[in-house]
Order: sequence, then structure tokens, then C-alpha cells
Amino acid sequence: MSIKETIDFRKQVIEDVLEVYPEKAKKNRRQHLAVKDSECSSCAVKSNAKTVPGIMTARGCAYAGAKGVVWGPVKDVVHISHGPVGCGYYSWGNRRNLADGEIGVDNFVPFLFTSDFQESDIIYGGDKKLEKIISEVVGLFPNAKGVSVLSECPVGLIGDDIESVARRTSLEHGLPVIPVRCEGFRGISQSLGHHIANDAIRDHLLGKGPAREVGKYDIGIIGDYNIGGDAWASKKILEEMGLKVVNIWTGDSTMEMLQNGHLVKLNLIHCFRSMNYIAKHMEDTYGTPWMEFNFFGPTKIKESILKIAAQFDESILEKALAVIAKYEPLMQKMIDTYRPRLDGKSVMLYVGGLRPRHIVGAYEDLGMEVIGTGYEFAHKEDYEKTLPALKEGTLIYDDVTALELEEFVMKLKPDLVGSGIKEKYVFEKMGLPFRQMHSWDYSGPYHGYEGFPIFARDMDMAINSPTWKSIKAPWTK
Amino acid sequence: MRQIAIYGKGGIGKSTTTQNTVVALAEMGRKVTIVGCDPKADSTRLILNSKAQTTVMDLARERGTVEDLELEDVLVEGYMGVRCAESGGPEPGVGCAGRGVITAINFLEENGAYTADTDYVFYDVLGDVVCGGFAMPIRENKAKEIYIVASGEMMDMYAANNISRGILKYATTGTVRLGGLICNSRQTDKELELMEALAKKINTQLIHFIPRDNEVQRAELRKQTVIQYNSTHSQADEYRALAKKIEDNKMMTIPTPIAMEELEELLMEYGIMEM
Repeated sequence: MSIKETIDFRKQVIEDVLEVYPEKAKKNRRQHLAVKDSECSSCAVKSNAKTVPGIMTARGCAYAGAKGVVWGPVKDVVHISHGPVGCGYYSWGNRRNLADGEIGVDNFVPFLFTSDFQESDIIYGGDKKLEKIISEVVGLFPNAKGVSVLSECPVGLIGDDIESVARRTSLEHGLPVIPVRCEGFRGISQSLGHHIANDAIRDHLLGKGPAREVGKYDIGIIGDYNIGGDAWASKKILEEMGLKVVNIWTGDSTMEMLQNGHLVKLNLIHCFRSMNYIAKHMEDTYGTPWMEFNFFGPTKIKESILKIAAQFDESILEKALAVIAKYEPLMQKMIDTYRPRLDGKSVMLYVGGLRPRHIVGAYEDLGMEVIGTGYEFAHKEDYEKTLPALKEGTLIYDDVTALELEEFVMKLKPDLVGSGIKEKYVFEKMGLPFRQMHSWDYSGPYHGYEGFPIFARDMDMAINSPTWKSIKAPWTK
Repeated sequence: MRQIAIYGKGGIGKSTTTQNTVVALAEMGRKVTIVGCDPKADSTRLILNSKAQTTVMDLARERGTVEDLELEDVLVEGYMGVRCAESGGPEPGVGCAGRGVITAINFLEENGAYTADTDYVFYDVLGDVVCGGFAMPIRENKAKEIYIVASGEMMDMYAANNISRGILKYATTGTVRLGGLICNSRQTDKELELMEALAKKINTQLIHFIPRDNEVQRAELRKQTVIQYNSTHSQADEYRALAKKIEDNKMMTIPTPIAMEELEELLMEYGIMEM
């Protein structure tokens, strides 16, 4: 097919899928779907809008964004899921944000704390219970550097005053207690939860810690949650460049790192969607500059290394070039190994708020093509950043429904689908190779020079697994 | 069994009117249960001749959950065999009193508080229908009749009109009907005429006009209803009359709440509000 034929075909695919919806839903969903064409006249999709009721969405809630993404990975803080048990229990330990440290001593990431609301807590309010839990936490875990209180829906409904409990217990125990008003009914996706979590860091921690001298090469990584060890892989490159990573937000992070986030020469932001708010705030308030970077795949890593080095002196640039020179041959070896096995293979992605664009370059390094991509909860500026990374004819889908994604995959016939746990088994049962791109499918890291060989191996393993010879996709039967 | 809910502005005399009327019904040989739906828990003290009784929610909190309660812990028989329960709930400004009402009513129903021989259940509900919990007594399969207690004071009438708006919602989705207004007189000017006019406007009746009499307060001070305190007093007969009217009431309507302007016009017509 020519590019024009591909574009026309994929535009028709959108129309065909929309056909099943009632008029109102059709009108709404059409705005969220597009094909990138040469003028890009129609490829701006609507985003960050309320999901159409009745469709199957993969989105989460504000609590998921605040607890699951931003606060959960902070390791020396005890995070209390405040409300009935389900929100805490079902968000327990499934995001693979790794952390170093002695579990129960200075690392509480593997634990779940919940106030486990009962009927009487709803009726009489949960403030007293919360106060008791906080003092129990402080007693049981004297090394905890702070406590975060993440509200679930009922806490917001009954008007509990968690701010006042936080203020009082914070004074009583002499450590930060941070109320986070991330009731799940707020907002239209987990995205508002990120924002609320950022605001809580701003209001309760930032600039309130033990200050320190800012070294000339001190930098922070913002918005890396250390999935499968990603942040460590990124840190390795940056340190080899002669920079000193003093803060990571929030993968393998500490309370002090959150307090001192502004005390760096430069903040490097990985997940723009979930932490741009605080990065901008640190710039506006403390003059701490920030920039985006991308450590997925050798091409993007090289670009980013040079861009970062340009912010510092010659000595850093020298080391940066040395880092590139050291790792490029190793990466080339990986590409020589895997590219012949993956060249020309196509992939469709559907992930959260960053990877649908950030990881495109890594696939291209392996000779693969992203033919469809979309975000669960991205905003307009995320899509604006995405378009330049995509080839003409790429199908773009925002807050895609289960039906749409299945239909798109069946029509576009990619060699690989990359999405989440909810999608995984649907596509594998269709006989399609699949990789989880939220959790790295229990693998990782995928960031940095350390991550790329693992990424390449995993994609090869999925696509070229002999399993697929034994099972046929429905359209090949 | 008839289930009846009593609403009205806070402090208007719902609990006093309910208890006095219920005792009059009991005197007629009816088996009546009162369920107080207000965290203040003062809906049964004149029947039990005591301070507040142990409430469903307070005991549930003490024991752990509502499942740990026995019916006899919270359903107590008082004067003339009237059975009493209080939902209870939090002190003002904390938690969710509405959820307390829901939980308590569900508990009473599930545990067979409303026995086959019960003729009437009266729900004495907190001032206004502020949230779903306080509408619980008028949801499907619960109270089908509502009486609003009011006086000729402007704010009482505002409240009565607002409550009928709440009833309208449940009347259209369920089977609840307005049985009438009860005037608990405050001796304002042209009170009777005004109340009758309001009743007509919102498509109901003034079922009874209870004159003001300090015998009620004297009885209350002794934690008694008028019938118990002074059975032959004329005020006792007023409650007997109201009880009889409720017993015989056939006028069950869907209210037609009026706009604020219309209510103000009504008040001006009867000379309460000066231009």
C-alpha cells in the first residue's frame, strides 16, 4: 500500500469502528481518533475529557494517580490508603516501582497500610481512627520519615478533616504528615491525581527540609518511578557523564529528596504528564530549570545525553562523548543481533501518559514501526509532542475503548501489541504477541544503555516465540 | 401496617407532636413503633419517660458492627406499649448522620422490628431532607405517608414548601404521598388562614390545628406526653383528634410545591410580610 492508501484505509477503519456507536457516542469518540497525514489537518485528537459512559475504558482514578503513581514509590514514608480496604488492597504492589533499603526499616514500599473503614467510621467519621493509625505507625516504624494520607472517596463525601489530623499529628510526632485529597471521584482520570499529589508535595514538603549546598553538577530526575529499575539505569548514565543525581522523584525516593527537589542545577523530567506541575513550580519559585529527556533506545539516549551535556561545562561534554563512545558499540551489537529478527515488524501501543511517544525511538532502533499509538490520560500538549515522533499513517487513539482497540488491532494486524494487564490476555488469546508496557511484563529496566538490551530481548522473545506457530490469529484461520 | 414519616423545620415540635399523637393512637388500641431518625436521639423520651435511649448506631459503634446487635438492645417498649428505637449518629459536624439513618432503618427491618401486629410505624426525621440518608424513610417500601409539621412563621412555611419539593421527587419515582400539614401553633396572626391557604397551594390539607398550650411543656418537663401527664386536659383531646384524623385520612396527594415568589405573595396577602 502507498502512504496515501494506508492513510485512507486507516481513516476508513476509524469510520467502521465508530459505526456501532449510538449517534452521540459516535460524535464524541470520533474526536478522539485520528490518522496522521501530511497536512496533519485532522490529526489533533481531543484529550483529557470525560469518558463516554458505557464504554470500556482502561483509565484509573485520582487516587490511582496520587497513590499508585506519585506517592507510592517514596520509600521511607508510610502511605496510608485512607478509607475502605479495596482501594488500598487492589493497588498494593502491582506497579513494580523498585526501591533499595531494608524492608520495614527504611523502605516501606512493599507494605500496604489502610484504615479499612467500617460502617461506623463512615457514620462517626474517620478522623479519630486516622489519628490512632498514625501514632501506631510512628510507634511501629520509628525510622519512617513521614506519613502520607491518601483519601479514598468516602473520606471526601463525609467531610472528614484530614488536614487538621495531619497538622496535629505532625506536631505531636515531629515529622511530616501529608494529607492528599485524591478522592477517586475527582477529575476524569488518574491525571488529576498526579496534579493533586504534586500540589501536596509543593504545599507540605518542598523547601521545608534540611537545606544543602547545591554542587555545580547536582541534578534531579523528576517523574521516573523506577519501574523494574528504570531510574537506576538512567542514573548510571548521568553519573558516568560526571553529573550527580541527588534526587529522584519518586522512584526509590526519600522524604528528603522531595523536600530538596529544587536544590539542583537542573531537573530532568522523564514523565512530563505526571510531574510537569511541580517542575514548573520549582522553576517559577526557585528558578530551578528543567528539561525533558528520553533514555529509551540508543538514538534517543544519545540525543538526550548531548542535550543534557550542553547545559553544563566542557568537562561534562567530554565525559558525555566518552559515555556515548563506550556504549554505542555495545548497543550496535544488540541491534546487529535483534534487528534482523525484528526488522519491519509493526507495533501498536496503548499506555499511560508518556510511553506512547517516548518509546517510539527504541522500536525504530530495532527496525520496528509504530503504526498505532494512544494515551489513557494525556493532555493536549502530550499529543502535540507526540505527532512529530510518528510516521504518516499512524493511527492515534485517545482513551481508546476496549472495542476500538480490538477492532483496530484486527484491521491493522500489527506484529506486536504493547499495553497493560487488562489488554494482555485479550490479544494473546487472539494469537498475537503482546508486551505489558506499564510494568515491563515483570522484566526491565528498559531505560538507558542497561535497559535497551533487555527491551530488545523482550520484544524478540514476544514476537519470535515459537508459541505463536501453534496458535493462529482469527483472521489467519 | 401504615408507615408514616414526620418532617418539618428544626425546633418546630415534630418529636413532641409525634409522641403525643402516637400515644393517642395507642390509647385507641393501635400497636405503634416510633423510629427516631435524628442523631440527637430525642424522639422517644416522652414515651420512655427517660433521657435519651441507647441508639442503634451508638451501640453498634461500641460493639463493633451493627451485626453484633440484638433487636431487644435497641427496641424498647414504653408508655402504653409504644415501641421505641433511635437511629443515633455522630455529633454535629462529623461523619455522615444520613448513613447512620440508613444503617439503622435497615437493621430494624432486617431484624423484624416491624412485627405482624404493628399498625403504625412513625419515623421522626431530622429537620430537613439534607441528603439521601434523611430521605431513607420515604424510599420505596417504607413510609408511604408524610405529614409536615409547621406553624404560621415564615421560615416554617419556607421549610414546609422545601420539604414538599423533596417529597415530590420520591412521589414521582415511588409511592410516597403527602397526607397533610399539621399546624403546631405559635399564635402568629391569621395563622389558621395562612396555613390553610398554603395547604391548598401545595395540593394538600391542613389536617389539624394544634393550639398552643403550656400543658405540653409541663408534661415535657416530666418527660411525659400530655395524655400520660394529664389525660383529661383539653390539649390531650387535641392530640386524640389529630390521631383520629390520621387514622381516617384518605387524602393522600402528590404535592405541588410553589415558587419562592408565590410563597412571598401568600405571606403578604395575609399581612405577615410588609412591602
